Amino acid sequence: MSVIVNGLSKQFGEQWAVNEVSFEANSGEVLGFLGPNGAGKTTTMKMITCYIPPTVGSVSVCGHDTIQSPLLVNEKIGYLPEHNPLYKDMFVREYLGFVGGIHKIANKKQRIDHLIELTGLEREQDKLIGALSKGYRQRVGLAQAMIHDPEVLILDEPTSGLDPNQLVDIRNLIKQLGKEKTVIFSTHIMQEVQAVCDRVLIINQGKIVADDPIDVLRQKAVGNNITMVAFKQEVTASALAEIKGVKEVTQKDNEWQLIASKGVDVREEVFDFAVANKLTILEMRRELSSVEDVFHQLTQS
Amino acid sequence: MLSIFKKEINSFFSSLIGYIVIGVFLLFMGAFMWVFPDYSILNYGFATMHQLFDFAPWIFCFLIPAITMRSFAEETQSGTIELLATRPITDFQIILGKFFANWALVLIALIPTLFYYYTVYQLGAPVGNIDAGEVAGSYISLALLAGAFVAIGLFSSSLTNNQIVAFVLGIFLCFFFYMAFDFLSTLSSNDHLIELFGINYHYNLLSRGAIDTRDVIYFMTFITGFLFFTKTALERRNW
Repeated sequence: MSVIVNGLSKQFGEQWAVNEVSFEANSGEVLGFLGPNGAGKTTTMKMITCYIPPTVGSVSVCGHDTIQSPLLVNEKIGYLPEHNPLYKDMFVREYLGFVGGIHKIANKKQRIDHLIELTGLEREQDKLIGALSKGYRQRVGLAQAMIHDPEVLILDEPTSGLDPNQLVDIRNLIKQLGKEKTVIFSTHIMQEVQAVCDRVLIINQGKIVADDPIDVLRQKAVGNNITMVAFKQEVTASALAEIKGVKEVTQKDNEWQLIASKGVDVREEVFDFAVANKLTILEMRRELSSVEDVFHQLTQS
Repeated sequence: MLSIFKKEINSFFSSLIGYIVIGVFLLFMGAFMWVFPDYSILNYGFATMHQLFDFAPWIFCFLIPAITMRSFAEETQSGTIELLATRPITDFQIILGKFFANWALVLIALIPTLFYYYTVYQLGAPVGNIDAGEVAGSYISLALLAGAFVAIGLFSSSLTNNQIVAFVLGIFLCFFFYMAFDFLSTLSSNDHLIELFGINYHYNLLSRGAIDTRDVIYFMTFITGFLFFTKTALERRNW
């Protein structure tokens, strides 16, 4: 276990920003930290990285406690804070050299060369950080987090504000890193969780509401079975509601949304219904519930 | 600590800050020592450097808070303090790195004034008629005073994330500790005791050229004290 969080709570004034959060993260795992804004994701991460102390509870990183030996914990952790703070008046290489100097890494130059290649910063390596676009700054942020080859990477919204191409690049990088290291990263983009994470932790109002591998989580959502269908001709809702297995009918733009019970596939019935009524089906598809649905279910209460 | 020190020095000299500080300081010093007839050495007629050591603390009162105001205010404003605090270094190492870098910049600004010493030395009649011991003592006391002001400046910068607030607060505290105790002492019968707390008292004693350990200890304690206040201010995130 490289990260063990035990009964972690943080109180700000009267409010408990994080409330009795416990989880574990192993190496070779990408753990997605999911939750609405203000759910306590960033606060939890700040406590894991020893930036703020917990009110109650403890965190241990690679066997070191964050309160007793913060310096040892910081050696094991690479951290990309929210909003990716950087010194805008420093050059990319100068900055990475500075961070490497703090960590006293050997072979600084080779390490920086390697990271610049890994994060795709070759063309920007001699520029001022302030002159870089947001996506490249994000890469510099990732590079500084990885400079000392840490065992645990804590990334707070590493992909916010990136364009679609950059998104794919950074996600691939995170995925690759997750093969050897422990990666904990927060986001509120669902597709990202599905694309990158092995395990998902959903946090809402300071509490963990789900801690499951991504496949398990998807199955959890299948409370309802949704079929979207579009007809060429006019159809009434009451006619559709009489199809066997359909529980609920709603019209969405030009499409009809048919909700059936769990495990019931109504597509065949819909087809028979269309044939019987001489209707033309323009489109029919089954909507698989996504992590997004689980997220809505768990966090809207 | 060394990494922080190097980074700070680099940032002074890769931006305009370093050059402006040195330039402005030398401009003022040059003007007082050689140009304005009321103070200039040429009119004064004595081979001393009193002008420099009388005026430098006043200029430092403005100049040093201007150098130090960004140290922590900018880091908290931009969030980079979080990057530093989550590295395997202690808060005190960060503070010391910044303290020595800022102090070094002020000392670098002082170095060119050694040229004035040479000039006064040559202008003396007979040549070399200047109290070298007094000048040396004055330089040491000015360096210690600069250190005290840098510590004050770092502290005020750590209290806020607004650089202007840090600057104004720094000026106020520098003036307060430099002069206020002298003024306050006139209000009380216990005047000597109150004077003892002020920087000016110890600065003047050291400037005479006799290095008294008590005065040196005063400055050391003053600097260490403010660096610890700075540490406490930075740790308020833990409260």
